[in-house]
Amino acid sequence: MTVFIVFICIVLLAVVLVQIGKVTELAGKIKGEEETQYQTNNWNSNLSLIFLVVFLVGIVVSVVYYKNDMLGYGPHIAASAHGKSLDFLFNVTLFFTGIVFVLTHIALFWFSYKYKGRRNQKASFISHDNKLEIIWTAIPAVVMTFLVVGGLDAWNDVMADISDKDEYLEIEATGVQFNWLLRYPGLDGKLGTRDYKKISSSNPLGQDWTDAKNLDDTHPSEIVLPVGKKVRVRIIARDVLHNFFLPHFRLKMDAIPGIPTYFVFTPTTTTQEYRERLSHYPNWQEPTDPKDPESKPRWQTFDYELACAELCGKGHFSMRRTVRVVSQEEYEQWLKEQKSYYIENIRGKDEDPNLGKISSAELKLRKEEFMAEVTKVMSDTASTEKVIKLAYINFETGSSKLTDDSKYQLDDLAEFMNKNTSAKVELGGHTDNVGDAVANMKLSGERAKSVTAYLISKGIGSTRLSSKGYGSSKPVDPADTDAARAKNRRTEIKFL
Amino acid sequence: MSNITEIDQDKLIREDGFNDHFHEHHDEDKYQMGFLTKYIFSMDHKIIARQFLLTGMFWGFVGALMSIIFRLQLGFPESDMAWIRPFLGKWIVINDSGIGTLAPEFYYALVTMHGTILVFFVLTAGLSGTFSNLLIPLQLGARDMASPFLNMLSYWFFFLSSVVMFISLFISTGPFSGGWTAYPPLSILPQASDGSKAGMTLWALSLVLFVVSVLLGGINYVTTVLNLRTKGMSMWKMPLTIWAFFVTAIIGILSFPVLASAFFLVICDRSLGTSFFLSEIFIGGQALDHVGGSPILFQHLFWFLGHPEVYIIILPAMGLVSEVLSVHSRKPIFGYKAMVFSILAIAFLSFIVWAHHMFMSGVNPFISNFFVIFTLIIAVPSAVKVFNWISTLYKGNIRFNSASLFAIGFVSMFISGGLTGIFLGNSALDIQLHDTYFVVAHFHIVMGVAAFFGMFAGIYHWFPKMWGRFMNETIGQIHFWGTLIGAYAIFWPMHYLGMAGVPRRYYSFENFEAFSHFDDMNKFITIAAIITFFLQVMFIINFIYSIFKGKKQTTQNPWGASTLEWTTPIHAGHGNWEGNLPVVHRWPYDYGKDGNEFIPQTLPQQPGETEMH
Repeated sequence: MTVFIVFICIVLLAVVLVQIGKVTELAGKIKGEEETQYQTNNWNSNLSLIFLVVFLVGIVVSVVYYKNDMLGYGPHIAASAHGKSLDFLFNVTLFFTGIVFVLTHIALFWFSYKYKGRRNQKASFISHDNKLEIIWTAIPAVVMTFLVVGGLDAWNDVMADISDKDEYLEIEATGVQFNWLLRYPGLDGKLGTRDYKKISSSNPLGQDWTDAKNLDDTHPSEIVLPVGKKVRVRIIARDVLHNFFLPHFRLKMDAIPGIPTYFVFTPTTTTQEYRERLSHYPNWQEPTDPKDPESKPRWQTFDYELACAELCGKGHFSMRRTVRVVSQEEYEQWLKEQKSYYIENIRGKDEDPNLGKISSAELKLRKEEFMAEVTKVMSDTASTEKVIKLAYINFETGSSKLTDDSKYQLDDLAEFMNKNTSAKVELGGHTDNVGDAVANMKLSGERAKSVTAYLISKGIGSTRLSSKGYGSSKPVDPADTDAARAKNRRTEIKFL
Repeated sequence: MSNITEIDQDKLIREDGFNDHFHEHHDEDKYQMGFLTKYIFSMDHKIIARQFLLTGMFWGFVGALMSIIFRLQLGFPESDMAWIRPFLGKWIVINDSGIGTLAPEFYYALVTMHGTILVFFVLTAGLSGTFSNLLIPLQLGARDMASPFLNMLSYWFFFLSSVVMFISLFISTGPFSGGWTAYPPLSILPQASDGSKAGMTLWALSLVLFVVSVLLGGINYVTTVLNLRTKGMSMWKMPLTIWAFFVTAIIGILSFPVLASAFFLVICDRSLGTSFFLSEIFIGGQALDHVGGSPILFQHLFWFLGHPEVYIIILPAMGLVSEVLSVHSRKPIFGYKAMVFSILAIAFLSFIVWAHHMFMSGVNPFISNFFVIFTLIIAVPSAVKVFNWISTLYKGNIRFNSASLFAIGFVSMFISGGLTGIFLGNSALDIQLHDTYFVVAHFHIVMGVAAFFGMFAGIYHWFPKMWGRFMNETIGQIHFWGTLIGAYAIFWPMHYLGMAGVPRRYYSFENFEAFSHFDDMNKFITIAAIITFFLQVMFIINFIYSIFKGKKQTTQNPWGASTLEWTTPIHAGHGNWEGNLPVVHRWPYDYGKDGNEFIPQTLPQQPGETEMH
């Protein structure tokens, strides 16, 4: 139906136009060609002048109306150090081009108005004017030089890579259809190596797990940056071209498969500060959900955004991640909460090249966890039973002989006992419910003893240690499953 | 020399013209015997010009219609598009509640096709092809092109290219959808996008055929300008139109082969397993074997054509505007030589600025320094041209009609769009503005709308030369004012979108807080686009109606122009001049000189007259 209406409209338009054509040509014939031309000149020269005025006024009005949405204006001051210099350069360019725009348009349409064809008027024969032409070649040349020098100065500043003496944070963004994959270095501050051939569903970035630098790298779902710290973003793509675009930070760089690029910048405004700035503007005070006036005002939910700015396929418009700029303390807190991708997703799986081995990073992590737990339990005055499971203590099957890897956690325990000389502990052995209960009791007792023996060999006074075998009498999970049994086989310490 | 306008130019040519023994060779044109050879496989440059124009207009209509469809998506994303389903079929996805929406894949196909069609088929073939063909022989006083046969082939290769592109619109995986720049790997890997399957194969084939067409045409234009100028027509006596077409053809010959080579390498990567542009790609659950290629290499090759291409588009428009402004101001073009040198300077610089499209694409930032400098230097000859056009109006006796209005509109558009180029050419500002709506606004105004205005000025001005009739003036002037306002209404607000950081080529802005609150502006732009589109439909109706029913041309030289094309008979046959060829004695811009309305180029210098330009 709509198609039909559109079709009818076009036909009607054609008929109307043909009629206009006939009528005006007839009228022209009656009035005489010359007379018609002078009338046309009057009409159009007047329209030129009207257009000039309407155009210039329209520009001013629309600029005022949209002022607070544009870069560098209203709340939208660049959130990065270099961004402010770019905004300044933009305004300088706007100033010069604005002058040229207004003057040339006034000249163009004013001359059109003033020199319309009139009866008995002759055009002047002016073919050229060398002096004038030299002047208006020289002026743009000088202005351009000005802008080029200013522009290149800023450009080379902004695009400079990290120098050796810089202290910076390096993160990585990988564009894929249709998402951004983010990677942060772990405690070592270094990103591990990658090989695109190693990419799989469990290893989206193709990280090389034999490279120790990879083991603590994290894959967060948003970019979090400490304010005032220099950041180098390593930018790369996995499939087609993408573009890493942070509009609020005036930052953009292509992501290319096979060719890593980078962008260095320093965020200067925290998300919170930006939100506060927005809160002063009426359109940001509107509710986020227009139908629900009670919903939060828009400024409260504002976040910096990461977008894609290079056509990458049908989902190009949806590659969004949020960016949060926070204080150094908040950043460190956040960083602690991030889990190593390797530990969470690869460790202990078939693709783990370190299957059966422990890395020093892991040991470090385990130690931190253990120390934190012990400290927490010790300081908790409310609970009467201060028990900690020693998660990494293992014995050979059916024997009380400690596995080699068990010594790491026992060393941590020994270190703790040496520091806290007043602490006394009981070491408790537990087995699962498989086999003879008496034998289990005996085995658990021997296992507890061998742990005590190891600690004594590390210089802990024997009076501070006692050992006890509980057999299968104190299961943590009474269910009769393999998983439950695995949990129940354990060594515990109890502070006395 | 009391009143030269009343001199019978026919007589002048008959008596003083250059006799090339034209009639001794053909009493009957043996190459133009039947309907087929006269109107279809014609070797007459005037027919070929009309073929280019009509094909270009067809594509212009198709390309504009596409833009209306994707503008509906951008302006009214929630509206029901089920009504277009009879045309677009499965590309309109109907959801459970019966609401039809445009499929994102097809949105990108539309954007890609709109760009390709407008840049190559309309503004290269339709503009340069039409007017180079029509005016080069006529304004130089030549019987035809140097090789009418190659000229005919040039059109038919364009036609073939058009057919292939048209077919690609109807295949089941859809036309190519990776942007008119066809950046790999997206354009190479069929896994990456449906449009990169058969659609891309046809797209690349079509454009290779197109390059052949441009080269055949270009070689002909250059040869004709260099060799077939009539007696007395020195290079410095050529109208600016010819200078523009001549330089355009040279740019085309030097740059289009590079594009063809880039496409050949793309085809190799697609089908022969080479790795020119591919490296370290994991896609569709699979790591590809390609290593060592560089997607940036393609961008270099592409923009080595791509940048000169924008001058291939705009220089002919500049030439047409210079001529039209001068004729209708009844004044010589101001600073003829400066205009020529500006064209040459722009042409030269156009070859060493290509990487300004690639500031943010991962090339070494140091290299960008040079491209910034060369790019901003282009502003100087461009500014000179603008000042000269404005000075041409100064103290004129302007005859307002559709042609001169569009020429004035061209200058306004060229200023508006050119100035934003100063922002984008400065790499530091390009960091933020690159691939935002600011760029869309810039190039649509400076090489889209401006080139169209030049083309319209040319069509209205030379319509009598092509069809022996005039287009309707009233409709033409409505067309102009409507389009001027409409085009600014569409593209001016896009600067604001760009300054807010809104990226181009987004199917929807809803996902992003930063880009999503310009609904009203997007609606406004879409409505303006629809109105402007109907104004162009009006133009097409006027065009077709005027061919058959327009006011008849009764005098040989209706505009009082001094150039040679107005010395032929109204309905000139193949060979253009009956009998002798005109001989040229003066430059083409003697308007208002020594109290004369105009002096034709064929009139010898009068005693006591000083030649000046």
